[in-house]
Amino acid sequence: MGAIYRREMGAFFTSGIAYVFLAGFALFSGLFFSLGVIGSGVSDMSPMFSSMFIIVLFLIPILTMKLLSEEKKNRTDQGLLTAPVSLASIVLGKYFAALTLFIIAESIVFIYSIIIALCGEVVWSTLLGNYFAMLFLGAAFIAIGLFVSSLTENQMASAVIGMFVLFVLYLMDSLAANIPVEFIQKALLSISFYSRYVEFTRGVFDLSSIVFFLSTAVLFNFFSVRVLDKRRWG
Amino acid sequence: MIEVKNLSKRYGDKKAVNDISFSVGKGEILGFLGPNGAGKSTTMNMLTGYISSTSGQILINGVDILEDPIEAKSNIGYLPEIPPLYVDMTVDGYLNFMYDLKKCKLTRKAHLKEICDLCKISHVRERLIRNLSKGYKQRVGLAQALINNPPVLILDEPTVGLDPSQIIEIRSLIKKLGKNHTVILSSHILPEIQAVCDRIIIINKGVIAADGTAGEIADKLTNEHKMTVRIEGSTHTSADKKEITDALKAIDGIKYVRADMEREKGIYDYDIESDEEIDVRRAINTLCREKDWNILMLQLSDMTLEDIFMKITSGDITAVKSEDEKKSALAGYEIDFEKSGQKTEEAVSGGENSADGEASEKNEKKDKKSSSKKGGDK
Repeated sequence: MGAIYRREMGAFFTSGIAYVFLAGFALFSGLFFSLGVIGSGVSDMSPMFSSMFIIVLFLIPILTMKLLSEEKKNRTDQGLLTAPVSLASIVLGKYFAALTLFIIAESIVFIYSIIIALCGEVVWSTLLGNYFAMLFLGAAFIAIGLFVSSLTENQMASAVIGMFVLFVLYLMDSLAANIPVEFIQKALLSISFYSRYVEFTRGVFDLSSIVFFLSTAVLFNFFSVRVLDKRRWG
Repeated sequence: MIEVKNLSKRYGDKKAVNDISFSVGKGEILGFLGPNGAGKSTTMNMLTGYISSTSGQILINGVDILEDPIEAKSNIGYLPEIPPLYVDMTVDGYLNFMYDLKKCKLTRKAHLKEICDLCKISHVRERLIRNLSKGYKQRVGLAQALINNPPVLILDEPTVGLDPSQIIEIRSLIKKLGKNHTVILSSHILPEIQAVCDRIIIINKGVIAADGTAGEIADKLTNEHKMTVRIEGSTHTSADKKEITDALKAIDGIKYVRADMEREKGIYDYDIESDEEIDVRRAINTLCREKDWNILMLQLSDMTLEDIFMKITSGDITAVKSEDEKKSALAGYEIDFEKSGQKTEEAVSGGENSADGEASEKNEKKDKKSSSKKGGDK
């Protein structure tokens, strides 16, 4: 797992994906920070975090698009799958590499907190609550993106499908609002990432949502392993 | 070292590999030979655990590849048909990655240096793999397979894309490696297999068509005496040709006569096939004495590996069941013969020639016998 993790970290930077991702994250979070936080004169960064949901949704598939699809296309998966490592460690090595980059990007909020600290007071409990909520959201989205990447050989297709899937998940709330059947509403809302995430930005730290994000991450990593395994049996 | 038992791989209705069994001992270099699409790569991919088998068992060093894949894989170094290289890495970075991936315990610096020296890539270690030529990429692929010094090396067409001098280098390297490793190597280039391997398995349409040393295979399959005779007739015209052909055909034991090209003015060569049990050379000599013809040359033609390969892959020898399948086997093959394009054509057209239809039928019967014998041995 360590070898794959290190290689993917290196590949993020040599391929330039890391720069695109970090720049995109910095640009939009900076925008929302200056407009939503500094501009409105509050010291609470929650508005920025809630706006970042949609940005993360589009940025994460860029991060994950190549991870498994490129391997298949360039036949480098033959090197990995015939090496004495388990399928799970291949998937997790890649997963944690992407998650690490996400954490690096997200940690830019600590620079913002310094800016706030200069002219006001930082409420650390809400900031950390938001920070970890976004971390868990990213953990779930990266697993989904990685899974999509395992399904195709084309990285662009992987990115587009990934964005589409995440966007559909984002639309769950408005979809639920338009379907006046109670149990369908309930079902749709129960897989809504947005409503769960927004709760955190309002200062509600809900353990069940954390469990939801983490189990999504585990589930989709498991699916990715199954896809790799299934390909061997094809 | 490697034991394969009744291995099959099915893709939908198509059987890519059909019930093959063989074993390879320690320090043996085994050549896997077959036309494109015969199932070589599929078999190798199964041996290395890249794909799984539909049925059957593979033991690497006594470990079942499906039961304990990690342990089994740690005994294998694999160079696939397309080397699994990350083109955005340097050679050094890549080899270090593979070193980590294989959880190698040998001293990193010394081990990698040794491998790079062996594969002659020491001077490109700092370069990006993207910028290397195909030959160098192939060598990096080979170097990667050698990391952690695995007892079994599986090389899928290791010399593809190399120039002649590199091919010779890689071959001698493989021979060298064969002293301490068990090597399985696939190729569709016959001289290569002949030059490097102790033992050859010819695989065609997913089944093993022949297994043994080049000599053994030749012995097994040479079931007719073939020779070329140059006979000088009395008139030195093409009328000779017909007369001599007819006279030769009348000799007891000769199954097939074909007048070949005019080698000298008015003198022709005759390709003759005779029954195994009967030596027809004396009869030919007697005939010529009676008719006052002169034998200018008599050459027995040994079967080369190429002849054998052509015979097997053109459907003459394999356990091809129906006539239809046989025809499709004849029609469908593209065989990449580097040197002997012409020879190939001749052999194929010879096989289709209606004159020896009988002969090939006989062969087929014999084969069925011999294959059933083989089955009994197992």
